[in-house]
Amino acid sequence: MKGQGIKNFFDKHRPKFEKGGKLHPFHSVFEGFETFLYVSAATTKKGSHVRDSIDLKRTMIIVVLALVPTLLFGMYNIGFQHFHAIGTFAEKTFFEVFLYGALRVLPALVVSYVVGLGIEFAFAQIKGHEINEGYLVSGILIPLVLPINTPLWMTALAVVFSVIIAKEAFGGTGMNIWNPALVARAFLFFAYPAQMSGDSVWVRIGNEQVVDGFSGATPLGMALNGVFDYNIWEAFWGFIPGSIGETSTFAILIGAAILIITGIGSWKIMLATTLGAVVTGLLMNAFAVNDYMAMPFWHHLILGGFAFGAVFMATDPVSAAQTNRGKWIYGFLIGVVAIVIRVLNPAYPEGMMLAILLMNTFAPLIDYYVVEGNIRKRLKRAAV
Amino acid sequence: MSKTIRIRKGLDIKLKGKAALAIGATITPSVCAIRPADFPGLTPKLLVKADDLVKVGTPLFYDKAQPDVKFTSPVSGKVLAINRGERRRILEVEIGNDGKFETKDFSAGIQSPDRTTIQQVLLESGLWPFLVQRPFGVIAKVTDSPRDIFISGFDSAPLAPDSDFLFANELAHIQAGINVVSKLTDGKVYLGLREGSKLSSLKGVEINYFSGPHPAGNVGIQLHKVKPVNKGEVVWTIDLQGLIFIGRLFSTGKLNFEKTIALTGSEVKQPGYYKTVLGAGLAPLIDGKTLQANTERIISGNVLTGTKMDADEYLGFYHNQLTIIPEGNQIEPFGWAMPGLNKFSASKTFLSSLLPRKEYVLDANFHGGERAFVVSEQYEKVLPMDILPVYLLKAILANDIDKMEQLGIYEVVEEDMALCEFVCTSKIEVQEILRDGISSMIKELA
Repeated sequence: MKGQGIKNFFDKHRPKFEKGGKLHPFHSVFEGFETFLYVSAATTKKGSHVRDSIDLKRTMIIVVLALVPTLLFGMYNIGFQHFHAIGTFAEKTFFEVFLYGALRVLPALVVSYVVGLGIEFAFAQIKGHEINEGYLVSGILIPLVLPINTPLWMTALAVVFSVIIAKEAFGGTGMNIWNPALVARAFLFFAYPAQMSGDSVWVRIGNEQVVDGFSGATPLGMALNGVFDYNIWEAFWGFIPGSIGETSTFAILIGAAILIITGIGSWKIMLATTLGAVVTGLLMNAFAVNDYMAMPFWHHLILGGFAFGAVFMATDPVSAAQTNRGKWIYGFLIGVVAIVIRVLNPAYPEGMMLAILLMNTFAPLIDYYVVEGNIRKRLKRAAV
Repeated sequence: MSKTIRIRKGLDIKLKGKAALAIGATITPSVCAIRPADFPGLTPKLLVKADDLVKVGTPLFYDKAQPDVKFTSPVSGKVLAINRGERRRILEVEIGNDGKFETKDFSAGIQSPDRTTIQQVLLESGLWPFLVQRPFGVIAKVTDSPRDIFISGFDSAPLAPDSDFLFANELAHIQAGINVVSKLTDGKVYLGLREGSKLSSLKGVEINYFSGPHPAGNVGIQLHKVKPVNKGEVVWTIDLQGLIFIGRLFSTGKLNFEKTIALTGSEVKQPGYYKTVLGAGLAPLIDGKTLQANTERIISGNVLTGTKMDADEYLGFYHNQLTIIPEGNQIEPFGWAMPGLNKFSASKTFLSSLLPRKEYVLDANFHGGERAFVVSEQYEKVLPMDILPVYLLKAILANDIDKMEQLGIYEVVEEDMALCEFVCTSKIEVQEILRDGISSMIKELA
C-alpha cells in the first residue's frame, strides 16, 4: 500500500512513546510528526459517516501559501532597500538582491518556527492533547510584521510571549482572544520602542556607508512629520521601507485572492475593513485642517500595514468576530480606528496593529449583541 | 396557494452510486428485527419472549414512558431471539419470517374513524412511531394535540431514493394516510415538494415547493421556512413511508409493512431499487451485490445520518435506503498537502472544486483530527435556518439550558445539522452534541 513504509516505521517505534515507554516524554512530538507525514486511518464511529476532506492542517497551509508572495517580495525588497541605501543597486543582479534579503529573513523564520513549535510541543505534551496547527501560520506571520533590523533574540522573546501569554494561557489554538502574531508585534513595540520604530529600523544597512540623502523612514513615518515624499505606485508594488511582509500591496492582494477564492479568509472582514478606512479617510479629507488629514484617502489603503492587517490579521477566524453581522461591524471599526490612530494621534505613525488588537478585544462583545438579536427575534416570533 | 421557497444554503454531496430507476427482484428476508435504538430516547419494555409466535402487527415491546405506544412485528413467524448489549440493553428483537405475512385484524376501527379510534388503531398496529414530534425529533406524545402536521415529499440527502419513483404506485395509499393523520390535528397538514412532483395531485394538504440543495428535503428545514416551532408549541412530522403504511391499513384493514428501498453507494455493483419489508435482515439485500466483501461500510440510511450496520444486522425502522461506501481505514501520506483532484470538499481548498459536476467516492475516513472550533461561518453556509449553530452547540457543551432554548434547540434535530458535521474543519461531532443537548432538554422539561 502507498506510504505503508512510513507507517510501519511509526508503528515499530510507537511502543517506546506510549505510556511506560522510555521515550514517553516525547509522545506529543512523535504524534505531531506522525500526523504531519500522513493523514491517519481513523474512521468515523458516529454521526456523519463521510467527512469533508478539509482539516486544520489544510486550512493553515492555504494561509501559509497565501503569505508566500509577500514573503518572497519582502526578501527582494530588503535587498532592494539595502543596495539603494548604499548606492550600489545598479551593479547588482536580481538574484543577488533577492539572496541578500533571503539570507536576512530566513534566520528570523527559523527562530520563529523553532521557538514557537518547541513551546507548542511542550504544551501539547503537558496537556496531553494533539499538537495544534495554529502556529504554522503565526510562525510565518511574526517575522513578516517585524522590521528587518529586529535582533533574533527579540524575535524569539516575542514568540515566547505570544505563544505562552496570548495563546496557551487561554487554552491554545481556537481559544485565544488576540491574534498571536500581533501580540508578538505589540510586545516588542512597547517593550523595545527604540528598536521597533523610528527611521533607522526599516532598512538593513549592515556595515556599509549610506548614500547622501538617505533617510530610511517609512512613508507613514514621514507623513506624520508633514513630509509626503513617496510615489504611490512604488508603494503599491512595495518598493518602500517597512516591515518585511507589509510593503507590497500587490503581493498582499495575490494572497487576498487566494484566501477569498479558497474561502479560507473572510472577504466580508476584508471588505468591511477597507470600507471603514475609506469612509474615515474621506471624512478626514473633508474636514482636513492639516496636510496629513488632506492626504488622499486611498493612500491609506496602500501605505503601511493596512493591507497586510486587513487581509491576514483581521481575518484570523479565532480572534475576529464570528457571526456574519458581527464581521461587518468588526471589520468596519478596524478600518475606522486604524485611520484615526494614524492621522489624529501624534505618537504612532501606524494604527493598524492597535486597531486590530482593540477590535479583537471587542469582537466577543459585538458577537454577543448579534446573538442577542437572534434570541430576541425568536422570542418575538413566539409572542406573536 | 402554493409557493416556491428557495433554499440557498446547503450542500449537495455528489457521490458515486446513485440508484438506477428500476425495481429489481423482491427480496423477502428470512429474519427481520425491530431495533429500539432506532427511536431516540426510547426505553423498551418487552411483550414477547423467544419462541413466541407472532403475526404482522403483534406487539413486541412498548415504550416505558408511554405504555400505549407499541412496536409490532413486520412479519409473521417466530421470535428468534432478543439480543442484548451492555447492561442488558435490548439491541433488537429478531423474528424469523415464515413468509406467510398473516396479519392481525384491524378492520374493526377503520370504518368511520374519529380522532380517538385513529389514535387507538395507530397505537395498536405499531404505526404510531411514524408520528415524530418537533421539538426533539422523538415519537409523538399521545396526549398532545399538534399545532400542525408537516410532511416532506422528497429526500434531498446524498444518493437518496427518488420519492416520485419510489412512491409513484402508492399515491392512493399516501392520500388515504393523509386523510387519516389530518384528523389528528386542528391545524393544517403541510406537504413540501420539489416543483413538478407527481405528488402535487394530493388533496387535503397545503403544498409548498422547495428548490435548492440538501437539506431542502428535511422536514425540519421546511417547517422552519413555512411556520417555525416556537417555545411551547408541538408540531408533528411523518414521512411518506409512514403515510403509506397507515393508508394501506385504513383502506384494507390489513397491516402491510412492505417497502421499497434504494441500494446505493460506490461499493454497490448495480445500484437500484428493491422491494423488501420493514426491518429486513441486510444479508439477502446485499449478498453478491457489492464490490469488495470486507473493506466496506454498510449504512442503513444515507451517509450523513444513517446507522452503521454489519451485514448480519437490519434495515432501520425509518430507512428507505442502504448505502455502501469504502471504510477508508488507510493512511494517506501528506494527505493534507495534496492537490486533491479526487477529494470532495465544501471548501474550495482542493483542486476538485474546479470540477463541479464530478461524482466522488467518499469513504468513512475522518480526514483529520478533532480540534477546537477555529473556522467560523462554515456551519452557517450549510444550515438554511435562522439559527446560530456554533453558539447553540457551545450552549449545549456548557449545558446552559436557558441558552439552548433561546438559541433554537426546539427547531433542530440531528439530520438538520448533519451537514455542519460533514463540513467541519475541526471534525466536531455535531450530531452527537446536539442529541445530548436535546436529551438534557427533555430531562429538564420532564
